[in-house]
Amino acid sequence: MTTLTLAKALNEGLRRSMEDDPKVLVMGEDVGKLGGVFRVTDGLQKDFGEDRVIDTPLAESGIIGTAIGLALRGYRPVCEIQFDGFVFPAADQIITQLAKMPLRSLGTLKLPVVVRIPCGGGIGAVEHHSESPEAYFTHTAGLRVVACSNPVDAYTMIQDAVRCDDPIIFFEPKRRYWDKADVDLAAPGLPLDRARTVRQGSDVTLIAYGPMVKTCLEAAAAAEEDGRDIEVIDLRSLNPLDVDVLTESVTRTGRCVVAHEAPVFTGYGAELAARITERCFYSLEAPVLRVGGFSTPYPPSRLEDHYLPDLDRVLDAVDRTFAY
Amino acid sequence: MTADAPRGADAPPELVQLLTPEGERVEHPDYDIELTAEEVRSLYRDLVLVRRIDLEAVALQRQGELGIWASLLGQEAAQIGSGRALTDADMAFPTYREHGVAWCRDVDPVKLLGLFRGVSNGGWDPVEHNFHLYTIVIGSQALHAVGYAMGIQRDGAEAATIVYFGDGATSQGDVNESFIWASVFNAPIVFFCQNNQWAISEPLEKQTKIPLYKRASGFGFPGIRVDGNDVFACLAVTRRALQNAREGQGPTMIEAFTYRMGAHTTSDDPTRYRLADELEAWKLKDPIERVKAYLFKNQLADQEFFEKIDAEADALGKDVRSRCLALPDPPPRAIFDHVYAGAHSLLDEEREQYLTYLAGFER
Repeated sequence: MTTLTLAKALNEGLRRSMEDDPKVLVMGEDVGKLGGVFRVTDGLQKDFGEDRVIDTPLAESGIIGTAIGLALRGYRPVCEIQFDGFVFPAADQIITQLAKMPLRSLGTLKLPVVVRIPCGGGIGAVEHHSESPEAYFTHTAGLRVVACSNPVDAYTMIQDAVRCDDPIIFFEPKRRYWDKADVDLAAPGLPLDRARTVRQGSDVTLIAYGPMVKTCLEAAAAAEEDGRDIEVIDLRSLNPLDVDVLTESVTRTGRCVVAHEAPVFTGYGAELAARITERCFYSLEAPVLRVGGFSTPYPPSRLEDHYLPDLDRVLDAVDRTFAY
Repeated sequence: MTADAPRGADAPPELVQLLTPEGERVEHPDYDIELTAEEVRSLYRDLVLVRRIDLEAVALQRQGELGIWASLLGQEAAQIGSGRALTDADMAFPTYREHGVAWCRDVDPVKLLGLFRGVSNGGWDPVEHNFHLYTIVIGSQALHAVGYAMGIQRDGAEAATIVYFGDGATSQGDVNESFIWASVFNAPIVFFCQNNQWAISEPLEKQTKIPLYKRASGFGFPGIRVDGNDVFACLAVTRRALQNAREGQGPTMIEAFTYRMGAHTTSDDPTRYRLADELEAWKLKDPIERVKAYLFKNQLADQEFFEKIDAEADALGKDVRSRCLALPDPPPRAIFDHVYAGAHSLLDEEREQYLTYLAGFER
């Protein structure tokens, strides 16, 4: 066991991937000498050289577009988008090319490109540095979308993502980069497309991913003191969705709350609520409730504590499911 | 004209030209090319055959057999000249109009037609032909090509990449980003811009205030303007640029100065935005007629040769037509195939549900 922060766990995972496969490249802005603004790629250029850890010009579309070209030549690029709000210049390459080229080729081409995106708020940042753009990408067929929530998963998920032959949007919860956990570097992880029940409970199912998993676990611990037994599921994969785990849980508990930082309106939680309703209709004691950001742009940081769902807002939603 | 780019009969002075519209060989101090009679006849054959494929495709669209077609009429020399400059190891990234380059890369023309008929979004194996899939989003492929060239660098391979795009694409961010990437990483790539003077209805001066080839110097690599209707010059200039790229001298931009003699696509109506005079002036610079004149004048081909090529073109047209009409519609389940390389639970579920639904009609 090694105690690692989430950022360091990603770093170790990337290092392992690069050692295992000489075709794995890391590319992005400031990923070389600096090691990335969050230090996720710290030390990799020193050990693997400038040809494999590429400091790119400052242009996100260029990062993804050239990564596609490198993948066509047999490489496995891991791209870093420095912050969530900066992915949009690359959205065209991701949506029109990265996601669709394998189908366009009738399967003759594979694009094993990982797009790492630090996501979410809570670090007191300026505009464009705290967003949750996952729904844009889960809505795009051809992409896989995953979100890690803790160091143990981060370590294996990044390696699984690099090994995967499909393009993957890999969300990293930036306010959890410094969270620590004991990581067994030899232990295999859960398959990339599987959800994990991180806390068992019988009264209500709380579904989260990325940064909100920790908030939900804290909410569940607090609720326990009030005698409420909350099950918490960490989705890990948003596309595809491990719907069987959710169905089993909600069929048992009869109640479900979904929590994410992104705006609730047409957010990822809407898909969860619809699917769970379709699957568990006769077991539900209450509608699936959603807790998330407001239908506003992400606010200035002095207001972000109001915007981000916290323990109290999650528990308020839990309480409301019991009011039906 | 602000863009130093007359669209009429006068050729701009800085143009690299080795064969005049009248079929006269001219010398150029920096670029020359030695071609055997057989090589010239072969280029002529390429030019005639790709024009014939194109005409057949336009006809098929008019008869409702293709959804749309983007004609290469007038751009044959730019595409055959550059396409024949490639070695097998080189990689080409086309737009959706590079039917002539596809011909040079041995892609079955029927596969191109299949895309426009709607049986697939691609249809050929890009690795088999070293000819990437058609890219419809303007300029996106320029970045793919640079990334691929960076891969060639990392492999230490003796190869180069060529990327095709038009005058309109030079306004795209992706094309400008690709110039920067190629320059900074000294990537082995040739940017082959077919300036056909029109981006659908917008003339060149809506895209640029300077000649396009001069853009390259601002990015730190050479730019050359070549007579895009001169297959000899296109071959010579592209061959040199590719060799420079393979030898580690980095990127070159080639502006092939040509003209889109047809509509943008079969859905377009150029009479709404350009004068017939302009087309008439460019017809005098036809890329095929000048090679024919050269072959005739120098007694490198006789009437029998030209008749043989015409007959071959007719046979090719018929063959392409019949095989296009015979293309089967893909089965419904093909919607779900190849979206992902690996298993995907959501797609598996949707496929099963839809096929079960369809099967319900057969009972």
